[in-house]
Amino acid sequence: MDINFSAQDLEFRDEVRAFFASEYDAKVAESLSSGQGEDYKEAIVAWQKKLHAKGWIAPGWPKEYGGTGWSVTQKFIYETERGAAGIPDVVPFGLKMVAPVIYTFGSEEQKAKFLPRILSSEDWWCQGYSEPGAGSDLAALNTTAEYAGDNYIVNGRKIWTTFAQFADWIFCLVRTSKDVRKQQGISFLLIDMNTPGVSVKPIPTIDGKHSLNEVLFEDALVPRENLIGEQDKGWTYAKALLAHERTGMAEVADSKRMLANLKQRAAAEVNGGQPMIADPVFQMRLSDIEMQLMALEYTELRVFASMAAGGMPGPESSLLKIKGTEISQSIHELQLQLAAYYGGALQGDLSNQQLGHEFAAEARKSYMYGRAASIYGGSNEVQRNVIAKAVLGL
Amino acid sequence: MNFEFSEEQVMIKDSVARFVRDEYDFDTRRKIIDSEEGINRDFWTMFAELGWLSVPFEEQYGGFGGSVEDLVAVMEELGKGIVVEPYVSTVVIFGGLLSAATNADLKSTYIPKIIDGSCLGSFAFLEPQSRFEIADIATSATVGKDGYAINGTKTVVFNGASADSLIVAARTSGEQFDRDGISLFMVAADAPGVSIHSYKTMDGQSASTISFNDVLVTESQLLGAAGQGMEIVDQVMPNILLALSAEALGIMATLNAITVDYTKTRQQFGTPISSFQALQHRMVDTFMACEQSKSLLYRGLCDANKVAVDPSVGTAELLKSVHALKATVAKYGKLIGEEAIQIHGGIGITDELNIGHYVKRLMTINVTFGDADFHQKKFNQLSYSSL
Ligand SMILES: Cc1cc2nc3c(=O)[nH]c(=O)nc-3n(C[C@H](O)[C@H](O)[C@H](O)COP(=O)(O)OP(=O)(O)OC[C@H]3O[C@@H](n4cnc5c(N)ncnc54)[C@H](O)[C@@H]3O)c2cc1C
Repeated sequence: MDINFSAQDLEFRDEVRAFFASEYDAKVAESLSSGQGEDYKEAIVAWQKKLHAKGWIAPGWPKEYGGTGWSVTQKFIYETERGAAGIPDVVPFGLKMVAPVIYTFGSEEQKAKFLPRILSSEDWWCQGYSEPGAGSDLAALNTTAEYAGDNYIVNGRKIWTTFAQFADWIFCLVRTSKDVRKQQGISFLLIDMNTPGVSVKPIPTIDGKHSLNEVLFEDALVPRENLIGEQDKGWTYAKALLAHERTGMAEVADSKRMLANLKQRAAAEVNGGQPMIADPVFQMRLSDIEMQLMALEYTELRVFASMAAGGMPGPESSLLKIKGTEISQSIHELQLQLAAYYGGALQGDLSNQQLGHEFAAEARKSYMYGRAASIYGGSNEVQRNVIAKAVLGL
Repeated sequence: MNFEFSEEQVMIKDSVARFVRDEYDFDTRRKIIDSEEGINRDFWTMFAELGWLSVPFEEQYGGFGGSVEDLVAVMEELGKGIVVEPYVSTVVIFGGLLSAATNADLKSTYIPKIIDGSCLGSFAFLEPQSRFEIADIATSATVGKDGYAINGTKTVVFNGASADSLIVAARTSGEQFDRDGISLFMVAADAPGVSIHSYKTMDGQSASTISFNDVLVTESQLLGAAGQGMEIVDQVMPNILLALSAEALGIMATLNAITVDYTKTRQQFGTPISSFQALQHRMVDTFMACEQSKSLLYRGLCDANKVAVDPSVGTAELLKSVHALKATVAKYGKLIGEEAIQIHGGIGITDELNIGHYVKRLMTINVTFGDADFHQKKFNQLSYSSL
């Protein structure tokens, strides 16, 4: 057993490192951390365009559609280096969520129309699955799409739609047939956000930012050509990709980076004249997390290895999601603990500068928004149900 | 043995509860937070008229002559409404320090003003380099010709924006961490050399960074003997921790109640989510966490009462109990807040729902005067260092 990289792999790692070092400059980093306004959109799109120009925007796609053709090891190296450099992942909705559905189940016309614009980040996508009455029980959704003369007439309400305010397109699960088993009457529909009858309403969150929205559909006309695959088969298409989505949620590289930052900050924060990093109790809190993360890193590698050997990510991807989010949340918690009194101070005129402890405001926001990680992408309770059923056979 | 509040305490508890229920709904609170000052002065006047501001003070100053138990009764109910008016800053802390002070003139000047609602106060102790060790004080008060000159910076002074008067902890002698040499001064918020920069805090309240630039004070502004300020702080701290924990307990109970109710109405998979055992057990755990916290609060009150009746018993047991209480409330408060959000699902993340706001106040209480680890370490020192 070993995880030695080949000489070729090491060469690849150096290339990735060099590219990130030269292209991901401080300016991009700053605008990306600036919040979730239009600045954020501009910055992340600009960065994604750079990745596209390099040919590295879609490591997960098959080569024929614009993927990199990397081995599993190379993908792992790329992710590790990205996290280590503190570079955020690409916005997943287009590149990682709808694109795989399109290239796996879409028509040739759909592939030609949508995939290039996703690769080039010309279109911003959002995910319209959840509804007020359909969260964990997604199949209970009842946004309807009625087929009428080459068009679907869509009516209903999607909720918790991340970044709908930026989106050009939304991919939706909609109900096309009623009197069947609820999973069987669902279709997968691509909807232009500029369609008359589509409107977006912001939902402010507890971190004081705006990423969530409601998306309303009032007699919105959607051309039939925007249906993926067959009518009433949408559930199958969506489900096929959920496991992929969850595998991406381990975020080991990102957690390693956050933990490294946390250690640096703990070295700078002082209590009773001693740096917090020297406090044995704080050290225990740190190592509790670090040991979990060391384990998760290898759990993920084991999943990668079995995928490299031809396997598909299965129910064990739920493990990656649960542990990955628990670890990132515990890092947020410790970050906030480190911030002590300063975590609660809201940034106003000059307050941050006067307060020092610059990381504190971010620590609070990460903690608050980070609570969502165990809720979205299939809540951690639902993931545990998946493992109980599919892995343990309970 | 008796763990009931007295008839009088129940009356004041009910009166606070009624106010929270009838006059302090979530929208009202939101409007207050969004207002210019961030507190409602009319409500403060009403608190004075209802006698709430007089609860812990001696009768000779016009107080109700209450004990920390009375204060706890009020705080628990204020917690349920996450009331943002500065009761903790003004009555519990500022007033508590004055009550423990030995300067009779200061007491007879300021306590009646707290009681009639005309004086809001703050305690300025935290400094940029300090964390939870209050004695880590670099702000200096150096002797001049008519008294002292204060120089230094205080951060995250709760209620600094509205305070008329500040109790400032400054060093008159000794080195940065020495407990001896710290003095407490009463300083007017508008005294020359005091500059206040305020900001909102996540719990809907506000705090300030306050700098003192050659602020001149006289001996008459000392709360007690020069250099012996920590004695006053030590004397009041158990009450402060009990009162804050009572507020936290009110919040924890409310979060649990809202969450249990929600699970009974939220349907998924054709059934209320309250029917899932995975969630039931978690709500049982948060229920037990709340009950255990309440028990430690009552334990602390019993110990405090014992010391009040007979000071010769010493404070060792009381201190152990309040450190255990504050550490436990912080730990369980975090658990309860996080479970409330998780069990609500997506809606738990929204600003519109009240639970996030309860959680933010809990988070603030958790770090005020020391987090869970800080108090557990103090507990360890008291319990094991002589073994
Ligand atoms: C920040 C954020 C971003 C999101 N972004 C998107 C997006 O872009 N697009 C989109 O479509 N959706 C998005 N979502 C929605 C997300 O997928 C849902 O919130 C999630 O599926 C949970 O549904 P719910 O909120 O309705 O909670 P509910 O399903 O009502 O769940 C409430 C609680 O009950 C628990 N529970 C439910 N069923 C069971 C069970 N069988 N056993 C045990 N416990 C159970 C849940 O785990 C949870 O704790 C986002 C959510 C958040 C918080």
